[in-house]
Amino acid sequence: MNNKTIAELARGLRAGEFSSVELTQDYLERIRQFSALNAYITVTAEQALAQAEVADKRLAAGTADLLTGIPVAQKDIFCTDGVKTSCGSKMLDNFISPYNATVVEKLNAAGAVMLGKSNMDEFAMGSSNETSFYGSVQNPWNVSCVPGGSSGGSAAAVAAGLTAGATGSDTGGSIRQPAAFCGITGLKPTYGRVSRYGMIAYASSLDQGGPMTRTAEDAAIMLQAMAGFDEKDSTSVNMPVPDYSAGLNQPLSGLKIGLPKEFFGEGLNGEIAAVIETAVNEYRKLGAEVKEVSMPNLKHAIPAYYVIAPAECSANLSRFDGVRFGYRCENPADLADLYTRSRGEAFGKEVKRRILIGTYALSAGYYDAYYLKAQKVRRLITDDFKSALAEVDVLMGPVSPTVAFGLGEKTGDPIQMYLSDIYTIAVNLAGLPAMSIPAGFVDNKPVGLQIIGNYFAEDRLLNVAHRYQMNTDWHKQVPKGFE
Amino acid sequence: MNSQWEVVIGLEIHAQLATKSKIFSGASIAYGAEPNTQACAVDLGLPGVLPVLNQEAVRMAVKFGIAIEAEIAPYSVFARKNYFYPDLPKGYQISQFELPIVGNGHLDIDVDGATKRVGVTRAHLEEDAGKSLHEDFHGLTGIDLNRAGTPLLEIVSEPDMRSAKEAVAYMRKLHELVRYLEICDGNMQEGSFRCDANVSVRPRGQAEFGTRAEIKNINSFRFVEKAINHEIERQIDLIEGGGKVVQETRLYDANKDETRSMRGKEEANDYRYFPDPDLLPVEITEAFKDEVRATLPELPDAKKRRFIEQYGQDDESAATLTSSRQLADYYEALVEASGGEAKICTNWVTGDVLGALNKAGLEVGQCPVDAERLAGLLKRIADDTISGKIAKQVFEAMWQGQETADQIIESQGLKQITDTGAIEAIIDKIIADNPGQVEQYLGGKDKVFGFFVGQVMKEMQGKANPAEVNKILKTKLKR
Repeated sequence: MNNKTIAELARGLRAGEFSSVELTQDYLERIRQFSALNAYITVTAEQALAQAEVADKRLAAGTADLLTGIPVAQKDIFCTDGVKTSCGSKMLDNFISPYNATVVEKLNAAGAVMLGKSNMDEFAMGSSNETSFYGSVQNPWNVSCVPGGSSGGSAAAVAAGLTAGATGSDTGGSIRQPAAFCGITGLKPTYGRVSRYGMIAYASSLDQGGPMTRTAEDAAIMLQAMAGFDEKDSTSVNMPVPDYSAGLNQPLSGLKIGLPKEFFGEGLNGEIAAVIETAVNEYRKLGAEVKEVSMPNLKHAIPAYYVIAPAECSANLSRFDGVRFGYRCENPADLADLYTRSRGEAFGKEVKRRILIGTYALSAGYYDAYYLKAQKVRRLITDDFKSALAEVDVLMGPVSPTVAFGLGEKTGDPIQMYLSDIYTIAVNLAGLPAMSIPAGFVDNKPVGLQIIGNYFAEDRLLNVAHRYQMNTDWHKQVPKGFE
Repeated sequence: MNSQWEVVIGLEIHAQLATKSKIFSGASIAYGAEPNTQACAVDLGLPGVLPVLNQEAVRMAVKFGIAIEAEIAPYSVFARKNYFYPDLPKGYQISQFELPIVGNGHLDIDVDGATKRVGVTRAHLEEDAGKSLHEDFHGLTGIDLNRAGTPLLEIVSEPDMRSAKEAVAYMRKLHELVRYLEICDGNMQEGSFRCDANVSVRPRGQAEFGTRAEIKNINSFRFVEKAINHEIERQIDLIEGGGKVVQETRLYDANKDETRSMRGKEEANDYRYFPDPDLLPVEITEAFKDEVRATLPELPDAKKRRFIEQYGQDDESAATLTSSRQLADYYEALVEASGGEAKICTNWVTGDVLGALNKAGLEVGQCPVDAERLAGLLKRIADDTISGKIAKQVFEAMWQGQETADQIIESQGLKQITDTGAIEAIIDKIIADNPGQVEQYLGGKDKVFGFFVGQVMKEMQGKANPAEVNKILKTKLKR
């Protein structure tokens, strides 16, 4: 039961093979069994069972949605009413959110059962889940490796069968890279497609929530529930949400695929390059045309990102000041002491590093050279994508230059860590939708194929991913010990 | 003022916009609620919340911009102003920096009979912070976030004013304007209209400005004048004593009538402004401007000119009657309803009505005698039912109750006596009773005539038609 897809589980629930309560109990049991993975920060067993009971009634009444009764995990970046929402930080270890994020509201309304809150890098800042205050997460494919980050808990939970699906958020690759490392399907939607309300902000102009699932078909089901305009988020876009499941089976003949040559240069593991090539050949077989494209400004993506994201985060994280909620130091001597010790004691190293970088970049005298310059680079990168996507339907390449690396392997070298997001970051700067789907293995660790589409073309992306999954079985692989 | 020195003043005025809800949330902005009862998740800056711009605030800013003939930015941007303070929940204030919604405009002020044009550099939208409460917490600080997120329009003038008097005239003019536009209630006690003044002095004839000091949060017209004058004196004394003015923020202490240093600019924050990624740029179309322009009322200057022309008022009366839209409306409703002479209406409103309102501490909107009831009274003066003197008595009664002038005149028997027979009888009696005075008058002492009028009026409780009394007296006392 635990390695079934959402689509399969939905059919089982309707056929009466099992109830949502049974399904939920089963998942909760597995979460206990594999607690060593550390995929969850909070497990909400009681609430989950209550939700499952309601879901079973809906199923019986025939008013169920596709997601009704399906267990999901919420990344701990999404505010959940009455439930601890830590964002992976000591700062919010005591924070019980008094409201639900829009994404949570929507999944609740669809009848999804929340199993708990998944582990993540602190404030979504990290590429390995190692910056979490709650400890690192093990990769189910190799427990001495990282699951990727920042949505590492969600990715590991889906891969290990500790949930049927999960939410993630992606600021520079935080859905796609852990999806690739854990051999699952992850979708980062177009900026503005999914409401950010209640998703604790890291870098507001880049953050976007999305689904993490076993298959593209499941991603379509979850995205259907998550997407849409939200009047509480001014940057969400008021556009109709298409039926994502309807177009999944469209044939791919005539699909134009672009391979950005900058994605295949120095630094890419050769075996990964071979896996991607094989995947692209599979698409050729399905009728796609493939051509090389060039995006000369991609090489500036990482420096631009590491100015813009820290700049925004330096302001976004100012509200964590020990005054109204979250961690407060003991016996502050005065206001300055309250601020400096509360923040000093509760933020981790990586968060502090980015706040400092951002504060510096925005300072008088540096603003033009850093922030403004980075915004110009961002525009150039966006233009590169736009002209490439004027020629082809989708772009393909690797998600990450390497497969999952060892726990602790890169923690001492932040620059090395930042470079692991080289293929994902540019997509956030441009605001485009992109997916990671399993495409093979290197060293018995999963490799993700990245598919990048045009603005609001999630339906096309899902279609492209789904057709591949109909013809391959990489997404069906289950890590040893988690069958 | 020492004529060797020229004073340079620029004002930054924060006008609280009269929207129903906050600038970025749906919480109410009503004044005086229990602490923290009007602060929603967005105002508290909870993790994950996002601002959504209140379009009404935009409309009001545009309305103001059009009224001062300013450039309205087709594209303006909200920015984050970063600083830590306990009553600033997000650790940044959402304001506008590089691209404000209202650009260059101007306001004309009248000082000592001359009109002067003061430039308005810009006006931008921003959110207010909460309040820190330092009393009643035994050494701790209380935070009330009701005010957090209240919409403000910060109106920045050019350094065009050359005296405290001009600064006050500008502030009053702006105060009058925002209330005309109904974009701000102008309540200075509640902080709806606050002023920061940038003051510097320079030797007369020098082109460069002197170093300025900023006086913060001055909450009355009187204090603005006093604070600026005090600051001018302080700066001149300082320079003449061989010292130097330092650029700093100073606080005016109304009790001691002095300004004192709050913090120097050198220790001021670097606010690290950058565009707020949570909010889209504000785009103002020509169509929207036209729509707003159509809602603009007649503005104070135009109304004043019209009052002078249409009602034959002098400058002072016109200025008084157009000082608020409500008062001008009251006046015009009175003229209309009374069908009488504008002059009498002017005298009544600027005299009796305003006098009574001031005495009672009321606004014209709260006037117990509305224009229609007052018109009823003025009609009775015009048709000689009562005298002007009795009218004041009737007005007093109307102020206290709900009755119409006619009802009061009737019930109190105040109707003027025009029956010449009755008046004659009284006059005859008074002439008979005062032979000495008759003799004086006939002997050429004109003043004594007034004595007879007074006696007749007294006898008839003021109800006799004065013209009639005069006429009959003159005939009877023919020299």
